[in-house]
Amino acid sequence: MSDSPIVRVLPKLLPLQLRDVVFSVGGRRIIDGITLVLESGARTIIVGPNGAGKSVLLRLCHGLLQPTSGTIHWNTPEQPRAPRRQAMVFQRPVLLRRSALSNIEYALRVAGVPRKQRDARACEALRSVGLDALARRPARVLSGGEQQRLALARVWALRPELLFLDEPTASLDPGATQEIERVIVALHAAGTKIVMVTHNLGQARRLGDEVVFLHQGQVLERAPADRFFLRPESAEAAKFLKGQLPW
Amino acid sequence: MSTLGEAAGQALRLVAGADPRLIGITLLSLRVSFAAVLIASAIGFPLGAAVAVSRFSGRHTLVVVLNALMGLPPVVVGLLVYLLLSRAGPLGAMGLLFTPTAMIIAQAILVTPIIAALSRQVVEDAWIEYREQLRSLGETRFGAALTLLWDLRFSLITIVLAGFGRAAGEVGAVIIVGGNIDGVTRVMTTAIALETSKGDLPLALGLGGILLTIVLVLNAAASVVKDLTQRRYG
Repeated sequence: MSDSPIVRVLPKLLPLQLRDVVFSVGGRRIIDGITLVLESGARTIIVGPNGAGKSVLLRLCHGLLQPTSGTIHWNTPEQPRAPRRQAMVFQRPVLLRRSALSNIEYALRVAGVPRKQRDARACEALRSVGLDALARRPARVLSGGEQQRLALARVWALRPELLFLDEPTASLDPGATQEIERVIVALHAAGTKIVMVTHNLGQARRLGDEVVFLHQGQVLERAPADRFFLRPESAEAAKFLKGQLPW
Repeated sequence: MSTLGEAAGQALRLVAGADPRLIGITLLSLRVSFAAVLIASAIGFPLGAAVAVSRFSGRHTLVVVLNALMGLPPVVVGLLVYLLLSRAGPLGAMGLLFTPTAMIIAQAILVTPIIAALSRQVVEDAWIEYREQLRSLGETRFGAALTLLWDLRFSLITIVLAGFGRAAGEVGAVIIVGGNIDGVTRVMTTAIALETSKGDLPLALGLGGILLTIVLVLNAAASVVKDLTQRRYG
């Protein structure tokens, strides 16, 4: 990830500022007035009970959903036709019916990377997630863990400034989860801001620099990870941490 | 029963002896229907995929109309194309009436809605699964439509076959715009209709057998290709 893409010379994408963001469906407020600033640097983990609005919050930030009211403001707004500077990894990766390598090359083409550079960048990304031996294998017949690693390789190749992850290890076994976590740490080390939703509190402890606790569509607490797990400030967070299984 | 048996025997001899009349009619049939399906695919797939991934007012009506057009009666299409291409018609000067080209046009009109409507359904189902991921990558709607078509290529084979079956099996449109002229526009279905009414059952039966075999072989081949590729690509 050392050679800099064009985007690096542009003004920074972050911070991202959410002001009084509301997202409602059929009168129900799924996101209920969130004000939040995401800075570059720290790995931000979003936790909260089911239905707290975690996934919806990620989708609002990523631009897949539009807020009902309130504003989402980037330091440098993305241009409609320009390559995206942020990326997202979903719980279930959607891969195309072609080889692992061409899945990455496809993403690079959409991002406007010149044809000559695509192959090298895709191979490098596959290497960084340990999938280089499977480059020619059709993506859809890879195992669940390999598919998610391929989704991360696709993101790696794009070199985003900001990466959203929506429970990327929710359906994976411990070995595959460990691999994914290693890649996330490496992506962060290479300069990508990480914002991740997880249900796995052990994972939140391992990966989180700071924790945002969501409850019924509101941010109840935001704290450094150590302090959040040791002494949560809100009663809801304390209850949430107590109710969760410890692994 | 004996008539059928006799006719079947003669039909087999015609086929086995590679009767030139039979071969000419068969080849013309294949040429016309393949060309029609090719044109219909070139229009129908992009159209179906575009409707699948776009949102505009009147979209629902368009989908209903597309689906309804799958049941276009061939004779009506034949009549409309006849009116278009006849001497007094708007395209009369091109002199296409009673040529294989006229038959290709009529069959393409019949098959295009089938391919568009079926691919609209298939692509729309997939779009639900792919939408967030493709939008996340920054893909445009137009790009997404093409990506989905390519990703669903194995499912689309079945749609092409449905279109080919429709084209190769219809009589109404080709008999009106082609005129069933011996050696010029006589295809399998129009020949079968004519020979049956004339009482030449062996030729009709022979052609019927060939038509069935072609459709069967194409479907079997497509099914094998689809299974193999699906196992390979998931």
